[in-house]
Amino acid sequence: MSLDIEQGEFFGLLGPNGAGKTTLINVVAGLARADAGSASVMAADVTSDYRRARRMLGVVPQELVFDPFFTVRETLRIQSGYFGIRRNDAWIDEVMQHLDLTAKADANMRSLSGGMKRRVLVAQALVHKPPVIVLDEPTAGVDVELRQGLWEFVRRLNRDGHTIVLTTHYLEEAEMHCSRIAVLKAGRIVALDSTRNLLQTFAGSRISARVVARDGSRHLLQIEGYGQLERELARLRESGVEIADIEIERADLERVFLRITSE
Amino acid sequence: MSFWTLFTKELLRFVKVSVQTVAAPVLTALLYLVIFGQVLEGRVQVFDGVRYTSFLVPGLVMMSVLQNAFANSSSSLIQSKITGNIVFILLAPISYAEFFWAYVAAAVARGLTVGAGVLACTAGFVELRLEAPVWAAAFAVLGAALLGALGVLAGIVSEKIDQLAAFQNFVILPLTMLAGVFYSIHSLPSLWRDISHANPFFYMIDGFRYGFFAASDIAPGVSLAVVAAAFAAVAAVCLLLLKSGYRLRN
Repeated sequence: MSLDIEQGEFFGLLGPNGAGKTTLINVVAGLARADAGSASVMAADVTSDYRRARRMLGVVPQELVFDPFFTVRETLRIQSGYFGIRRNDAWIDEVMQHLDLTAKADANMRSLSGGMKRRVLVAQALVHKPPVIVLDEPTAGVDVELRQGLWEFVRRLNRDGHTIVLTTHYLEEAEMHCSRIAVLKAGRIVALDSTRNLLQTFAGSRISARVVARDGSRHLLQIEGYGQLERELARLRESGVEIADIEIERADLERVFLRITSE
Repeated sequence: MSFWTLFTKELLRFVKVSVQTVAAPVLTALLYLVIFGQVLEGRVQVFDGVRYTSFLVPGLVMMSVLQNAFANSSSSLIQSKITGNIVFILLAPISYAEFFWAYVAAAVARGLTVGAGVLACTAGFVELRLEAPVWAAAFAVLGAALLGALGVLAGIVSEKIDQLAAFQNFVILPLTMLAGVFYSIHSLPSLWRDISHANPFFYMIDGFRYGFFAASDIAPGVSLAVVAAAFAAVAAVCLLLLKSGYRLRN
């Protein structure tokens, strides 16, 4: 595959399980070696210039991993040290505050709930203020409150110029936040466009209309475009259906995704 | 800075559970001293003018240094791999050489801490003179580094706890036990003496003992060269594996 993500984008990487999203992220992050080809972060090759590439990148891993020997603050200090940052408490405090972790700063990682551990993973990815942030399923198993707080924080980072790459199975999140989306299937990009274009393209070609008749019967119309709607309604009327209500279903990203990945 | 942080993290890891990582091996060494000292005192010939328990203590100290150096790097790596938290190190701009040296340095620190603990706890029970402290320190540090590097190697290659346990039980433990901790190889039949010469652990324990008694089965310079060569070989293998990302970046 060949893929360029522009600086400052909020980019979505979607695909069914096993499509290659995490493998792609792992290659970019240096967690896996590509058999062929190359990848770079902000012009730094992830293999030959790995130190610079990794300093540019903050990755929130998919698995809920943690080091059980340390507290939240120790974990974040250690992660800062790995990136060569000695005194980082001011930024660590700010990140913890945004992620509602301040009260848990001195708690051992083992004692945290799954949602709290997820917050620490996000904080670890941000300790070195990377210009590119990769969120691999960041809201899996996370409660609504954290999800809202997390997206607010990530949107702020994006407004401040950080590039965000998101993989998620919650497609409404991708639809809400991503300006551009790539859909992967079996290790290949099967769709790559702005979110708006993807929705418009597929909305124009497949619409559902639920018709409720006065006698209470329900009819589902699957049409390829709005131009067909009047013809299908006329056909219903000719068959004796008196239309009481029509509900048009707009194509959302979930339907776009299913259509693309099933082709 | 990255090296220093990883080294410090590895130190903190064993210090936080020091009852398990320091106190328990010291107690094990004391039990060896009590049991073997009582049973074999006066029955086993060692160096001229040296009592068996005095001979035993440096061996137990070095055995503790070696086993704990190995345990530190190998258990830390395998735990990080199994729990997945090694990802935090792999995502950071840490070179494979920094990775290796940080784990080895922390293993040396734990080995020396446990060794010092064993020495402190046993010194009151036996007559012990430190005749050549520089030799003793050189063998302790280099021996711990070799076992720390072997621990890194085992941690890289192993993917499950039982694979690491096999390495520990079928390689490290026999080589340590058969390295002359409890006897001088001069008391062995010639075949077993020759076999002992092929065991690198023997040179570490014999050389370390030279630091206490200024007497050894092999000249300390030769022993140190063997240990240094073994360390260089294991370090080279580790660095090659780490550079390739074998079983870490896959």
